[in-house]
Amino acid sequence: MKYVVLIYSNPATWGALPAGEADRVIRVHNDLIDELTGSGEFLNIYRLAHADNARTVALRDGVPAVTDGPFGESKEVLASLWEIDVEGLDRALEIAGVLTPYATVEVRPLMDAAGMEM
Amino acid sequence: MSGAGRVEDLLRELAPQVLGALVRRHGQFDLCEDAVQEAMLAAAVQWPRAGVPEHPRGWLVTVASRRMTDQVRAERARRRREETVAARTPADALVAPGPDADLPSAADDTLTLLFLCCHPALSPASQVALTLRAVGGLTTAEVAAAFLVPEATMAQRISRAKQTIKAAGARFAPPPVEERADRLRVVLQVLYLIFNEGYAASSGPDLQRAELTTEAIRLARELHRLLPDGGEVAGLLALMLLTDARRPARTLPDGSLVPLASQDRSRWDAAAIAEGVALVTATLARAPIGPYQLQAAIAAVHDEAARAEDTDWPQILVLYELLERLAPSPVVTLNHAVALAMVRGPRAGLDLLATLDDDGRLAGHHRLDAVRAHLLELAGDPAGAREHYRAAARRTTSLPEQRYLEGRAGRLEP
Repeated sequence: MKYVVLIYSNPATWGALPAGEADRVIRVHNDLIDELTGSGEFLNIYRLAHADNARTVALRDGVPAVTDGPFGESKEVLASLWEIDVEGLDRALEIAGVLTPYATVEVRPLMDAAGMEM
Repeated sequence: MSGAGRVEDLLRELAPQVLGALVRRHGQFDLCEDAVQEAMLAAAVQWPRAGVPEHPRGWLVTVASRRMTDQVRAERARRRREETVAARTPADALVAPGPDADLPSAADDTLTLLFLCCHPALSPASQVALTLRAVGGLTTAEVAAAFLVPEATMAQRISRAKQTIKAAGARFAPPPVEERADRLRVVLQVLYLIFNEGYAASSGPDLQRAELTTEAIRLARELHRLLPDGGEVAGLLALMLLTDARRPARTLPDGSLVPLASQDRSRWDAAAIAEGVALVTATLARAPIGPYQLQAAIAAVHDEAARAEDTDWPQILVLYELLERLAPSPVVTLNHAVALAMVRGPRAGLDLLATLDDDGRLAGHHRLDAVRAHLLELAGDPAGAREHYRAAARRTTSLPEQRYLEGRAGRLEP
């Protein structure tokens, strides 16, 4: 079963971490990537540039209008996206659990082009 | 068929025999499996151009054995360097075998390989990947394409699977008699998993996956040839044939799903149906009954109805009652409820479905909502049906299923 793991974090929180703590968290992430690569569960990772580089496009008066940044008020922004292929939801949640320090992690199944007639 | 196609078929057939011969000679399943894969790739490049050698099996065994010796030598050299152990005489003495020197045991080898690749220490995904490569003779790239994952991921999965088998202490030998029935059950599960993976994908953008049904049927046929008395082996082969026979009618050219009741039955594969029906009929008459035989018998009753309204539902109901006693599961109950609704009316089916709500194992599963919606529609409750079609559409992770379920809900708009 394929899932994406969406990691949301607050850049201000990250920026305020002591150097050793940030390194530790990065090491946890990298170790997990190594583990998932070794087990054949890892498919892809997308690391997103700082939210300062984001542009949001939405219709205003029927015309696409561009504004800076991601959606207005939220302090937590999408920081990276992992694509994994695992046995099931329990395993996906176990992986997400490792990523939770200083982040909120969302797990979503990916749609499949295959299906069964009913 | 093209030359390349013939070569590919031949290689797939020879793959398990060559691997078996190699493992019996050298031990070390993991290294042998790599060596055979390399020999197969070499053959896939050379044979279509230079022609198939006179003794293709002997050719593959020789080439794979050479790779194996190279690997073993390299490994020994590395160890010598590391441990500075006195040099040993390399035990090469690798004589090219007679063309078909190992042939008498080729059948047993294929069976032993199947048991090994479907080792219970492996996850189902690993069992499937290893079986397709080592027994099916598919390349890592082909297996990766079939499961829509990068080749590196699949290579890692296969290599990890071989390590796991090694760590579990498994040897290249048939399982002990007392484990055999359980191990055979796992092999059948793995073949059925491969079949379903391909069957679900038989349209749209992933036709590569659809080839898995052909591969699963080929392997089931081979297993049936090796174990002609295995009632469940025959049952699984029949079930695959009878299900796959409907493949041309189960989707429209745009990839949308057609439910069984609305399929154009003139497009079903009559030859596959005849073969499947004959197989399941003969098996039910002589072997102890099992779940695959019962599912095949149910598929046969569906396939034998010229029109959906001719379906012998009372017969299907009896078969589901048997199946529910023999191998109870929430999915069986789900299908049983449909049969019950067709014989005794939708309310009877809905009552049986209600037992699944307390069971919990299917709670929140889109199939439970989909079946409930269907039965509510039959019972004349369009509002309730619409609500459950919508819930099923939200819960499924399949695009064509979602489209179908949305469509059903849309037709019931007031």
